[in-house]
Amino acid sequence: MLSRREFVKLCMSAAITVSLTDMLLPIMREAYAQAKAEKPPVIWLELGSCTGNTISIGNGFNPSFVQLLRDIIDLRYHWTLNVVQGDQIVDVLYDTAQQTAGKFWLVIEGAVMTAENGRYNYIYSRNGQLVTGLAALQELAPKAKYVIAVGDCACYGGPAAAHPNPGGAKGVWDVIDRPVINIPGCPAHPDWMSGTFSHLALYGLPKLDSYNRPVMFFGRTIHELCERRQQFEDGIFAKFPGDKGCLFKVGCKGPVTHADCPLRQWNHYVNWPVKAGTPCIGCASPHFPDGMMPFFNHLPDIKTRTINANVKKVGKTLALLGVGAVGTHLAAGIFARRIHKHYVEGTKPHTPLPPENEIQLREETADLKQREKALATAAKELSHNKPRRRRRSWLRRFADFWQNRRKE
Amino acid sequence: MASKIIFPITRVHEPLKVEVEIKGNQVVDARVGGILFRGFELMLIGRDPRDTALFTQRICGICSGAHAIAATMAQQQAFAVQPTRNGQHLQNLIFASDIIQNHLRHFYGLALLDYVRGPNMPPFTPRPNGDYRLPQKVNNELVAHLQEGLVKAAEAHELMAIFGAKAPHQQTILPTGVTERADVPSLMAFRSLLVRIREWVERYMVEDVLTIAHYYPDYYEIGAGYGNFISYGMFVNPTTGKREFQDGVIIGRGPLQPLDTTGITETVHYSWYEDDEPHRPPSEGITVPNVDKADAYTWIKAPRYKGLPVEGGPLARAWISGGYRRGVSVMDRLIARVQETEKICRLAEKWLEEIVAYGPSYEPFTVPAFGEGVGLTDAMRGPLGHWLKIKDGKISHYQIVTPTTWNFSPRDEQGKRGPVEEALIGTPVADQENLIEVGRVIRSFDPCFTCAVHTIDAPAAKPVVL
Repeated sequence: MLSRREFVKLCMSAAITVSLTDMLLPIMREAYAQAKAEKPPVIWLELGSCTGNTISIGNGFNPSFVQLLRDIIDLRYHWTLNVVQGDQIVDVLYDTAQQTAGKFWLVIEGAVMTAENGRYNYIYSRNGQLVTGLAALQELAPKAKYVIAVGDCACYGGPAAAHPNPGGAKGVWDVIDRPVINIPGCPAHPDWMSGTFSHLALYGLPKLDSYNRPVMFFGRTIHELCERRQQFEDGIFAKFPGDKGCLFKVGCKGPVTHADCPLRQWNHYVNWPVKAGTPCIGCASPHFPDGMMPFFNHLPDIKTRTINANVKKVGKTLALLGVGAVGTHLAAGIFARRIHKHYVEGTKPHTPLPPENEIQLREETADLKQREKALATAAKELSHNKPRRRRRSWLRRFADFWQNRRKE
Repeated sequence: MASKIIFPITRVHEPLKVEVEIKGNQVVDARVGGILFRGFELMLIGRDPRDTALFTQRICGICSGAHAIAATMAQQQAFAVQPTRNGQHLQNLIFASDIIQNHLRHFYGLALLDYVRGPNMPPFTPRPNGDYRLPQKVNNELVAHLQEGLVKAAEAHELMAIFGAKAPHQQTILPTGVTERADVPSLMAFRSLLVRIREWVERYMVEDVLTIAHYYPDYYEIGAGYGNFISYGMFVNPTTGKREFQDGVIIGRGPLQPLDTTGITETVHYSWYEDDEPHRPPSEGITVPNVDKADAYTWIKAPRYKGLPVEGGPLARAWISGGYRRGVSVMDRLIARVQETEKICRLAEKWLEEIVAYGPSYEPFTVPAFGEGVGLTDAMRGPLGHWLKIKDGKISHYQIVTPTTWNFSPRDEQGKRGPVEEALIGTPVADQENLIEVGRVIRSFDPCFTCAVHTIDAPAAKPVVL
């Protein structure tokens, strides 16, 4: 079996030309055969979703989707696949949850509808009573070994939670009181799902970032890995989607979106948005879609109390900060926040939600100050790049003085 | 008389609750309800009109391409632009591959397991008892095809990604075409993959559906319904300007009538919405959700064509274009869907011939401050309409009527059942605990509730002249 380090390296590898999942299958098969890991029972609940992630995971598997079920997970409940219907399938759900309590994984697809106490989304009936998605989630989540949210809706609310959010859609981690592994994307890439599932089965919890995303897939920005990055550096920008050149000015959200689409590409390495000439819309971002719309407008100029950076400088600053992943993350955080404020007009309520208590307010202010400082420093360094006037050495000056005296 | 509730109906997209009354061994009454509400149209108000295609396709993961096309058609009218020749062809190719994908996935992933004993592992077990008629050998063969069919569906999405960047939820379609260029390598890749899929469909899928029909001949008699059909037509051909699939209406299996879009109304009598008018045209719709409304049982509104419930989908298109008119039943719907898959593969091959490699696939455009447009196209499951209005450069009104709303509509104010509810009447029931037959009727319509139950309308607006 691969070591954990080797596995993560494989997942992040840039040299893959076949889909990651194809490579994972034999590894998983071997691990299960040698009893180094146990095939996890999985309950897959669809709440306020578009079924896109189910379709997406079905797309990722070559030779076949059935082999995913055979070799990676033991999918017990998923209403798009189950054969029996009605009460019988609800029995399967509860039998699995009871018999394998503490062992089964709960995969959630789609946002949790919370308006009217969840009555906008019923998902099954039990003992003659309709059960809401919200109630089912709250009942099953405490018994699960892991709770995994797939797709942007389940992670952060996504398109289902777009303003004015009439259904009260929320991400899973906002609703339940336990850690959730978030695999965002609209839809999530099949490799992100299968890679995370495999890591969970073989080595347990993968390293997660502050948004609970696996770092092995969401550690770097699209911009950092982009095939048109050089054109960005050279200042060659597309004037319209589809043109040659960097798509930053026609709305690419690559600089603020953490995902590895440029390496992994989509649908068996066929294509990905920027390669096809269309800007990244940031669908793997926690702020999708409100923070990313309008899709075809570029990131806003940044205005803070201390500095004014414009679009042209953004790239330079990002490049500067991009040296370390931490830097990029910081800058991305600021952008995300600013975009949020920028687009508040029209699509979002005018005042952001107030902090819940004084401590939170203080923390947020301190956080904001710190981020601003970081960007200010970066901007300052940029302005220092001007050629400095060289000072003459005291010896040179003395010599000049002496020479001038002699001339007189 | 016994009343039975099936919730959830599995192997459909998103939740579906069915309530049937059984008398003797037959279904005598049915109520079909969609039980999820997200409210996409309201979210669109105030946004940039260029974003509608990318945003609305996120209503549905299985038919994302259809929403993108309908939204783009509405944009074309509102912006007063035309796609380039290549651009139109590429849009058609993206949409066609999505439909091929949907039909493959529906037949092998969702419908086939009603008739075939699937692999012996979860989620294909447990299985209901009884009424699997295939001999073991034929059954094993079909299970092998089932696994391959799902791979073919994934390949059809690869096809979509060649010009659509990714699937589901393509990202390249613009009102004037497609951002991806039609260069020779991608055209070649598309062609080879398409031919492979088409050959597989011809060789296996067409055979498989006939095998099923051979062992389940009684399903030619079950699930008939009204025999009213509607289609908006599909795939604009840039050379002729006409649609490759004809639009039209058929009432009671009668002659073909031209489509009159002013005859479309919606009523909310049995839906969880409030309204003072009995019915309104979709462009005027108002909706106030009311979860506590008495008698209501669904989030789906009831669209009617000149007061009549009508059915959309592959069988409707087959009747309207005259390609397949054997009858109206569960089996006919499955067969029409499979035949359409093959037909679309062939059409796509024809378009590939007409594309000029490296020709302009889009042209730049600007967005006017005011405008309105309607996008009507058939989607995988039937007629799909997007209504768009722009004011001050922002969306002021958006309205979507999806295929599943037509097919799975509830009763109207006169108590007339929706097409699926009507189709369920007379369905024989062998085992009241299983109701496997009811599931078969419902799945033959390929329901997609992610689409149907997104709706809450924007505030009232003036009617759109179509």
